[in-house]
Amino acid sequence: MLSHVFYGKINPMEVVVNGQIKQVVDGISVQELLDQFQIKPIRVAVERNREIVTRKKFSATRLTAGDQIEIVTFVGGG
Amino acid sequence: MMDNNGLKIGSYTLTSRLIVGTGKYTSLELMRDCHAASGSNCVTVAVRRERLVDKTSGRNILDFIDPEKYILLPNTAGCFTAEEVVRVARLGREMLTDSGFRGADWVKLECLGDTRTLLPEPVGTLQALKTLVADGFQVLVYCSDDVMLCKRLQDEGAAAIMPAGSPIGSGQGVLNPNAIRIILEQLKEKNPDYPVIVDAGVGTASDVSLAMELGVDGVLLNTAIAGAKAPLQMAKAMGLATQSGRLAFEAGRIPRKLYATASSPWEGRINA
Repeated sequence: MLSHVFYGKINPMEVVVNGQIKQVVDGISVQELLDQFQIKPIRVAVERNREIVTRKKFSATRLTAGDQIEIVTFVGGG
Repeated sequence: MMDNNGLKIGSYTLTSRLIVGTGKYTSLELMRDCHAASGSNCVTVAVRRERLVDKTSGRNILDFIDPEKYILLPNTAGCFTAEEVVRVARLGREMLTDSGFRGADWVKLECLGDTRTLLPEPVGTLQALKTLVADGFQVLVYCSDDVMLCKRLQDEGAAAIMPAGSPIGSGQGVLNPNAIRIILEQLKEKNPDYPVIVDAGVGTASDVSLAMELGVDGVLLNTAIAGAKAPLQMAKAMGLATQSGRLAFEAGRIPRKLYATASSPWEGRINA
């Protein structure tokens, strides 16, 4: 698991997650990003720079500096 | 006698003609109970950013919807352009893919004109429909009660047309029943089973019954239940109104006449 590395100062980079600038460890995967925010993968969909990242590719997809990430879920609506 | 024939929309068969929303409930428990009381087996959901902090103890709305019982209908609420609609629809599909829930391949298309009226924007709606149909979606289109627009949307491959009875959440009911009548006549000309659903604006049970008595195939509502003083009771009322309205439509109402027609026989009166 790389998740503990995230909290260190090793090569941080900036990405934008749901409109907020976040410092993350260089090369973090989508799966690790979700873990960081304690988000269950089964309940969300993820976009990276407007392209959907399928759930199967969460672990293999690594972020680069400046990436725009959207993490969405279902909420109540009509 | 019960209305048992269900409602077929695209590849889905609904056991109830009532589709209910999941918004505005004071608790997820109340939402779940209202869904059960309504008798519906299809519920709409919206796509929004996940909160990165302060997540309500990890509770997700899907944890309060039984995937065995309910089909999810993701909407594109809050979108104002065709581009936004398509983006949100694809995110909804992605979320439902391999999620254990049914509903990944259909969507309620909602492309709004402005925040005050929340009325559908027809040009963006049509553009979004074309893209979504090409992308393999079964599209249920929220639109205005303009028959020409509705015909065009049908021709472009909409799986169902869902004209608003009145503005979203307004509780004004079906403001123009004649427009709905014309839409029904024109859209069902080639295919009597083509689904037309009144979406938005109903306030109480009689609004639902009236819509169903016009011959629409179903009603979609949210605020009328969630915003009622006693939502659970209103949910049951809406389910019954949907059924009674449908039964009355199928039974065929008597024609309206200006003058009276006696129910008791004229012959044999003792004062004759």
